[in-house]
Amino acid sequence: MSDFELINVILLFMITLVALAVVAVRNLLAAGMLMSIYSFLMALIWTNIDSIDVAFTEAAVGAGISTVLFIGALVHVGTEEKPLRPIHWPALLVTAATAVALLYGTVGMPRFGDVTSPANTSAVAAAYIEQNVEKSPDPAGHHTEAAAESHEGDYFHGHVPNFVTAVIVSYRGYDTMYETTVIFIAGLSMVLFLRMRKSGG
Amino acid sequence: MREQSILRVAAKMMTPFILVFGLYVVFHGDISPGGGFQGGVIIASGFILYGLVYGGADMRRVIPRWLSDALLALGVLLYAGTGTFCLLAGYRFLDYTALRPSSPGTGEVIGMTLVEYGVGFTVAMVMVTIYNEISEGTVPEDGGDGSATAEAPSSGAAAGRDAIRPGTAAPPSAA
Repeated sequence: MSDFELINVILLFMITLVALAVVAVRNLLAAGMLMSIYSFLMALIWTNIDSIDVAFTEAAVGAGISTVLFIGALVHVGTEEKPLRPIHWPALLVTAATAVALLYGTVGMPRFGDVTSPANTSAVAAAYIEQNVEKSPDPAGHHTEAAAESHEGDYFHGHVPNFVTAVIVSYRGYDTMYETTVIFIAGLSMVLFLRMRKSGG
Repeated sequence: MREQSILRVAAKMMTPFILVFGLYVVFHGDISPGGGFQGGVIIASGFILYGLVYGGADMRRVIPRWLSDALLALGVLLYAGTGTFCLLAGYRFLDYTALRPSSPGTGEVIGMTLVEYGVGFTVAMVMVTIYNEISEGTVPEDGGDGSATAEAPSSGAAAGRDAIRPGTAAPPSAA
């Protein structure tokens, strides 16, 4: 077992423990803190598999802002969970079925780092991985004849070295725009529902 | 939280660094990990840290509601506006070549940067707004020296509210 795998196994083991603890603990403030720990451990795993952008987001959003918002919500609802009800069998059944389906789904996933996986063999991935700043000192887009010759298959002008950003903002620019709009609507609804209600408007 | 002088000093010292780091993450989104979303959240966490320690009223003096509301909408406008500009310039929607037709690579960088600023504005201000609206009336507005607690609405959650008053338990979340 390589160091890489060993670290992953240890982190995943700790994550499993934290996840079980979140379910077991009755104090909601403690549960919120455990969720924060979960996010930090998850960020370590993302870092370990070289997904720095995802790790960044996980640490900032999952561990940082979410915890603050959890606490904000807890101020309204109190920190003690209601006593456990007897087991709700249909709910347990649905949850178990979902878990089995998800676990079954992982069987079909390619191994980590598999060079023959669809993500690594598609033309888009290759184009992003190949490009870097130094590659095209005289960049030209796909609108010009010269570009088509010198950068065949390079739809991204070879100019943004962080290809995660290149994918998110250029190749999937529409997605990101609507994601931003969704976040905007979330903020707008906070204003409309909470602020307007408090001010009696 | 008048008596928590360590927290107050630490928060005051850390806030500018958090904000600068957040701006760095937004500005360097195209060459290093991060981008508008992560940077926006970090900027928001700087304001929220300030709000947690000094109270929501102080935070709203730093970033008033009209400003956060305006920036909230401005971010989306910047993003969609960049796309519309490309469209009007005769290219496809969000085809950043339109920003510098002579050098599409540079146009790409300019476009991505503008768009990242838009995302950053929106995300940061939405987080600030959510914190504002959730915390108002619950976290003592004057920074927690206790005089505002009496005005807080009494409800079944009173016990829970006492248990997680910022002075006792909230600071760990500021990270």
